[in-house]
Amino acid sequence: MKGSLIILGFFSAGLAGGVFRIFPDWVLDEDLTTYALYTLMFLVGISIGSDRGAFYILKKMRFKVILVPLLIIVGSLAGTAVVSAFLPDLGANEAMAVGAGFGYYSLSSIVISQISGQELGVIALLSNIMREITTLLAAPLMVKYFGRLAAIASGGATAMDTTLPVIVKFSGKEYGIIAVFSGIVLTAVVPVLVTLLLELF
Amino acid sequence: MTSFIVIALFTAGILAGRFFRKNETAKRYIDHLVTWAVYLLLFLLGISVGINEKVLNDFSKIGYTALLLTIGAVIGSIILAKIVFIRFFKNTNMTGDKMKSD
Repeated sequence: MKGSLIILGFFSAGLAGGVFRIFPDWVLDEDLTTYALYTLMFLVGISIGSDRGAFYILKKMRFKVILVPLLIIVGSLAGTAVVSAFLPDLGANEAMAVGAGFGYYSLSSIVISQISGQELGVIALLSNIMREITTLLAAPLMVKYFGRLAAIASGGATAMDTTLPVIVKFSGKEYGIIAVFSGIVLTAVVPVLVTLLLELF
Repeated sequence: MTSFIVIALFTAGILAGRFFRKNETAKRYIDHLVTWAVYLLLFLLGISVGINEKVLNDFSKIGYTALLLTIGAVIGSIILAKIVFIRFFKNTNMTGDKMKSD
C-alpha cells in the first residue's frame, strides 16, 4: 500500500510537470524511457533468478501448487476478455494485456505504454493498483465466499509481497508459501504474456 | 522490436541471477536499483501522460475502463480459485512439512 502511494507520487509529480511543461526536452526523449526499461527488465530478471525459493517450494509441495498461478492466469484473462465485450474502444487482447498485469502495476504499465501507447498504459496502471487495493480491502470476504485460494488469486503477482500479510491473516499461514510461489511465477509471466498478447494479436 | 529486446534482457537477467544466489549484499543492492528504476519510469510515464492532451481529456473514461477490467480480472480469478480449492485443496492436510496426496 505504501509502495503504491510512493509510485503514484512519482507518477503524479511527472504528470504535473508534464502538464505545466517544466521539463527540458531531453527528459521527454523516448530513448531515455527505453533504456531505463531495458535496465529495469534485466535487474528484475536477476532478482527473480537469484531467488531460490520458488523452485524449492515447487519441489516440496508437489504438482498441484502449479495450478494456483495457472488458474489466476486463466481467470484474469477470461474475466477481462468478458469485460472487453462491454468496452467498444478496447480490443479483447488489450483488455487481456491489462488483466495480465496481475496487480504488478509498475512493470505492466511501463511495458504496455511502450507497446500500445500511454492511454492503455495508464489504464493498466490504475487497473492493477485497484487490484492490489481490492485484495487488501476485500480479502476476508473473498476467503469467506470463495475459499482460501481466493485472496491469493485476487492478489496475483502481489501475493508474494504487498498483499501477503492479508493472505496469511485470512487464508492461514500454510497458504503463505503457496502465495509466494504463485506470486513469483506470475511476476515472471507478466512481461512475457503482456508482450505476446499485444504483439501477436 | 523493443518488447522482444525486453523479454530477451529479462531472460538474460534470470540466467545471470543464478550467480547472485548466495550474495545477499548484491541482491539487496539490485532490489534497491529495481525500486529506483521503477520510480524513474513511472515518473517519465507521468510526464508523457501530462503532455498528452488526449489522455488527459479522457481521464474519467480511462478510470472507468480500468475499474471494469479490475472487476473482471478479480471475479474471473476468484471463481476459478473456488473451483480449484474445492476440487484439489479443501481436503488436503496443509499443516506440517508435506502435503498429503489424495
